[in-house]
Amino acid sequence: MLHVAVASRAFRRYSTYRAATVAGVFTNSVFGVIYSFAYLALWRANPDAGGYDAVDAVTFVWLGQALLMTVALWGGGATDDLAERIRTGDVAIDLYRPVDLVGWYLASDLGRAAYHFLIRGLAPTVVGLLLFDIALPDSPVAALGFVLSIPLAVVVSFAIRFLVASTAFWLLDASGPRILTGALAIFFSGMSLPLVLFPGWLGTLAEALPFSAMIQVPNDIWLGRHTGIDLVGALAFQAGWAVVLLLACRFVLALATRKLVVQGG
Amino acid sequence: MAETSTTSTTARLWHPVARYGDMVRLWVRAELSYPASFAMLVVGSMLINALDFAGIAIMFSSIDSLGGFGLREIALLYGATGVGIGIADTLIGSVERIGEFIRTGRLDQMLTKPVPLLVQVCSDRFTLRRLGRITQASVVMAWALPIVDWTPSRVLVAVLMVLSSSALFFGLFVLFSCVQFWTSDASEFANAFTYGGNTLTQYPLTVFPRELAIALTVVLPIAFVNWYPCLYLLGRSDPFGFPEGLQFCSPLAAAVVVAAALLVWRTGVRRYTSTGS
Repeated sequence: MLHVAVASRAFRRYSTYRAATVAGVFTNSVFGVIYSFAYLALWRANPDAGGYDAVDAVTFVWLGQALLMTVALWGGGATDDLAERIRTGDVAIDLYRPVDLVGWYLASDLGRAAYHFLIRGLAPTVVGLLLFDIALPDSPVAALGFVLSIPLAVVVSFAIRFLVASTAFWLLDASGPRILTGALAIFFSGMSLPLVLFPGWLGTLAEALPFSAMIQVPNDIWLGRHTGIDLVGALAFQAGWAVVLLLACRFVLALATRKLVVQGG
Repeated sequence: MAETSTTSTTARLWHPVARYGDMVRLWVRAELSYPASFAMLVVGSMLINALDFAGIAIMFSSIDSLGGFGLREIALLYGATGVGIGIADTLIGSVERIGEFIRTGRLDQMLTKPVPLLVQVCSDRFTLRRLGRITQASVVMAWALPIVDWTPSRVLVAVLMVLSSSALFFGLFVLFSCVQFWTSDASEFANAFTYGGNTLTQYPLTVFPRELAIALTVVLPIAFVNWYPCLYLLGRSDPFGFPEGLQFCSPLAAAVVVAAALLVWRTGVRRYTSTGS
């Protein structure tokens, strides 16, 4: 299977930078500790803020640190290669290969995400477990739901990053949109603050945007806040955004390809 | 400055600053030749930072005080550390990329040039878009300033706080980037101390355990970035019961960290042997 081969090569590519991995795990852990204490102070002042208790809040912090690299919240991953290949014009070669471009880069990004989930995800979680009181998945169903929600979170994130990289077809340099989107993703995914604390319409908006599928939804599944039909609904929310955004990727790519041909590649 | 500096000592001290200025001018001209991209990066940088403070402000829709401090008091802490890391990052942020310079062999090129290495590394790819952070942090700080009961000595402490906080972050950037002389792909390690230090000092030190507060005072003096001078500005006694004199020690802490950073930098450069590629 071509896509499996692409994914496993991407996995191996990321696993070569050992010192970078150790440094990254260390940094994630430091941020985890800082946010844990800040949230503990918040939940000391208001013990059931947003419907979480203090243990939920600290768990949320460490799950966020674990998912940060997996869903490439700041950008990065396979789509950075794409943006660079668009800038240099190498993307023309990609386009005449008998392989679907979106599928190819998605496979590569899933391989990267698998590596980051296993290493950059697990290691800080162990640190968090040693230092703080962290809740384990609420039930076996919640654990299963969490495992299912991760690839969906990665696909949503990939599609957004693919769209951002595609702006390079028009702007040549995608770093402006990349930074803007990164900022929105950090804020609206729940990474900078759990979305349950967002008041009123801001909370409603944040929970409806695709960014919430990247951190908030998987975390809430872990914490057992989605059960039964609600759990199915949460996964369907992620899958819905994944499908819509992947279709948008196809559409944008078709537009871009036409433009590229007009310019003669 | 130039017309009076005829002695060789002054010239020697002035030389790195002048070369730094030359290179910065070059990079700024290069950057401004893509105005649309530049505008978007500045807006992006401001948005990131604005949303960062929004996160803290939203916390206060569920609480009245965090660690015993109100939103405006936290805005003062936030502004001071934000301006500090913003200035340091603007002036010398490129030092983070030292590992990249080693891998690509650019450090070897730089070593052959008659400009101090640190100046070359720090001015590389200087970018004005980092001004976004300074601007946002200044706005947050300005919003907090009216809560201070101003006296001449508080004005002095506030000015020294901003200078020391910039110098402290300058030291942290250089100090922890030097790790890359030993392991060139561990650039992210420094982030734990620079951006981590920034995030940590956005909160009152009272949210952390006492042991950590002690460590951040005597081991890695990050608490001097804003915590101690802000206690003085706000006229609050030390919640941990530490000596009040610490509130005036930020310049000293900054001097120690900068000295340590320059020492480690020299050690790193001395033991550097080219990758040979």
